[in-house]
Amino acid sequence: MPYDTTSAGDTPPVGQPILALNGIEKVFPGVKALDGVHLSLYPGQVTALVGENGAGKSTIVKILTGIYQPDGGEILLNGTAITFPTAQHAAAAGVTAIHQETVLFDELTVAENIFLGHAPRTRLGLLDWRAMRRAAQAILTSIGADIDPGVKLAELGIASKHLVAISRALSIDARVVVMDEPTAALSHKEIHELYELVEKLKAQGKAILFISHKFDEIFRIADRYTVFRDGQFVAEGRIDEVSESDLVQMMVGRSVDQVFPQRTPTLGEEILTVAGYAHPTEFEDINFTLRRGEILGFYGLVGAGRSEFMQSLIGITRPSKGAVKIEGHVRIIRSPAEAIREGIVYVPEDRGKQGAITALPIFQNVTLPSLAQTSRNGFLQLAEEFDLAREYTQRLDLRAASLDTPVGALSGGNQQKVVIAKWLATKPRVIILDEPTKGIDIGSKAAVHDFMAELAAEGLAIIMVSSELPEILGMSDRVIVMREGRIVAEVSGDEMTPQTLVRHAAGIGQEDAA
Amino acid sequence: MSLSDTARTQGATPATQRRDPRQIPDRLTTRGQRVLKSWEALLLLVGIAIFVANCFASPYFLSPWSLSDATFNFTEKAMIAFAMALLIISGEIDLSVAAIIALASTAMGAAATAGFGTPVLVGIGLGTGLLCGAFNGVLVTRLGLPSIVVTIGTMSLFRGLSYIVLGDGAYRGYPDGFAFFGQGYVFWVVSFEFVLFAVLAVIFTVLLHKTNFGRAVFSVGNNATAALFSGIRVPRVKMILFLLTGLMSGVAAICLTSRLGSTRPSIGLGMELEVVTMVVLGGVSILGGSGSIPGIVIAAFVLGLLTFGLGLLNVPGIVISIFTGALLIGVIALPRLIAKGRR
Repeated sequence: MPYDTTSAGDTPPVGQPILALNGIEKVFPGVKALDGVHLSLYPGQVTALVGENGAGKSTIVKILTGIYQPDGGEILLNGTAITFPTAQHAAAAGVTAIHQETVLFDELTVAENIFLGHAPRTRLGLLDWRAMRRAAQAILTSIGADIDPGVKLAELGIASKHLVAISRALSIDARVVVMDEPTAALSHKEIHELYELVEKLKAQGKAILFISHKFDEIFRIADRYTVFRDGQFVAEGRIDEVSESDLVQMMVGRSVDQVFPQRTPTLGEEILTVAGYAHPTEFEDINFTLRRGEILGFYGLVGAGRSEFMQSLIGITRPSKGAVKIEGHVRIIRSPAEAIREGIVYVPEDRGKQGAITALPIFQNVTLPSLAQTSRNGFLQLAEEFDLAREYTQRLDLRAASLDTPVGALSGGNQQKVVIAKWLATKPRVIILDEPTKGIDIGSKAAVHDFMAELAAEGLAIIMVSSELPEILGMSDRVIVMREGRIVAEVSGDEMTPQTLVRHAAGIGQEDAA
Repeated sequence: MSLSDTARTQGATPATQRRDPRQIPDRLTTRGQRVLKSWEALLLLVGIAIFVANCFASPYFLSPWSLSDATFNFTEKAMIAFAMALLIISGEIDLSVAAIIALASTAMGAAATAGFGTPVLVGIGLGTGLLCGAFNGVLVTRLGLPSIVVTIGTMSLFRGLSYIVLGDGAYRGYPDGFAFFGQGYVFWVVSFEFVLFAVLAVIFTVLLHKTNFGRAVFSVGNNATAALFSGIRVPRVKMILFLLTGLMSGVAAICLTSRLGSTRPSIGLGMELEVVTMVVLGGVSILGGSGSIPGIVIAAFVLGLLTFGLGLLNVPGIVISIFTGALLIGVIALPRLIAKGRR
């Protein structure tokens, strides 16, 4: 047993929290991330922690797992005060976390990944491979995962890797399991498998802290909820005693009567025409036009070639044939620098890798593509950079301690605001948003949607790639559906229903056409 | 934030009037606070300590001529270190710089033997440096090879060429005017090399910290993909940096050859490691993405004073290298140890 065996015997009665955090405070330079928050986790129950970005969810997870130390308050494990000075202490106390992107090693076997750092040893102190395999197999079986512990991780798909990550978390004999947006990278089917797994963990009496932005998930699996807002505790209780709108009300402190902005689009002249665009492997025969003031949705399943096509529009990849016309003139775009000059900008899906330079401050991120405007003869003008950065980040209601804060220190929603601000600051004619609200909270989502509506009203042409049906349907004037690198449908008006889009995207009833 | 439906549709209203402006300050720290907390400040203290120690260690140290001599210990290395700092910040490295010196020096020696004058020699020195830099740059940016491997290869290649030409021999017949670069004094004890070092320090400080190009270098070093998506021409930035490093190696070759008055194929052997040491000591992250030129300047003085002081004490060269190694590890470990102690 990695943790104290004497205390493991006296399991607390149901109704007593296994782990309770009281009056927790955490201060970062310029920001009070947590202001006396309270969180209780009960054995055999799933507690959903909900809140907007910046509410303090990730901070409390880091305190729970020993990465951050609280500046005030107490942590009670079975009613006894305890501290987690390091991540090892938290693990020894039976607290484990499954993060959005858990670190695993492709070149190691499944069993090695599960037991890395705490593998069973023989009497000589060598790794006990047989015991490790056996224990790994037992854990995998217990969560219903049909995975051979001897295969290399690289051979598994993303969902199986996730199960390995969960097995790893369970291998330390966890009593408290923290799941931080576990479904973000999973498909529909895999999400259901995860739900079943959560049920199994509940049956084993584990306390689960479940963090998600998806309300359907929360109401599907949570027993209790806790709401944080701006680093403060708002409410907690049983999930069957609240409605979705109650929770939203508590999260944002105001009623969200409509999710998507009302728009009456006024379409201007054609600004972008794409004709016969093709790529040897990713996409072919792409034709469409885009007009000023229009929001054009691109819907499809993951891997339909939407992002690859959008990246070819800004010169990251080259099309093998086809032409682009901007305001009626044929243009050849060979690099993002040329795309920016032509007024076509792309907000990529992968914020951390392609969108933001997380180590650099906010203002430098915002001005990077606009340096030609803010500088004089190639020399930086800091005052103008700050002005530009402030103008656009304020329009997006960015929340940050200062414009000199590194982007990496911001929450996901605020990072996305910085990336969008960066591209708007170039004063584009066409903006392509690739999954603009993926993994960000409701408040930031609404801010991004409102802002898109404003921009369209100002005459900007917008392409939005999204895999979220409500977003596609709520925001787009017209939707293009892609499947396997081809445009399979273009729908607008009354045709824009979830059923039509999903059928086209999945290719249901399209065999005769193909 | 409060958004009403009417405000949403009136997109043309200026942002500041539309909603309660959440004022985000530019910075939370003043320039003074940042300087005091910086790596450069710590390094400066180390430099002062070594200077004081030198004063006590040797009675000859504090004379103007002695101090002037001390500068030759770092000027040539620092010239390369300025360019190398930019290259390392961008996420690349060039280990062939000392070999470029050998090849450039050999080319100049051959030209001097053939009777060419000083201006031609300078042109050949700079040109050889640029060509070598271009060769490295093309291999890295066009073929996408890792620069550490490419430049380990060209390190052997460039110096190998020099050995083929010279073998055991040496070039000595440099014209009289050529001696000025390594032996000349501009004013009293102020050498030409020191003036060149100072001018280059200013130029590189401005280039890295005050220009769009410098910002691009930091962006590329922190996240080359995001920089590319942001319209930075990443291969071009890297190519320029390899050319610049080659050029500065050519400049150093001119100074060193002029100072020694002769060329052997072993000229500047091992200097690439001293240059990288200077860059890392100056606070440049070896992983790329951060660093400063003032840091390199201070690091140059620290290393120069240390080796010169030990030299005055008749410490052998091998032992001096132990001291520089210890200093490098010590100064880098110190902030981490302090941070650990606080926790």
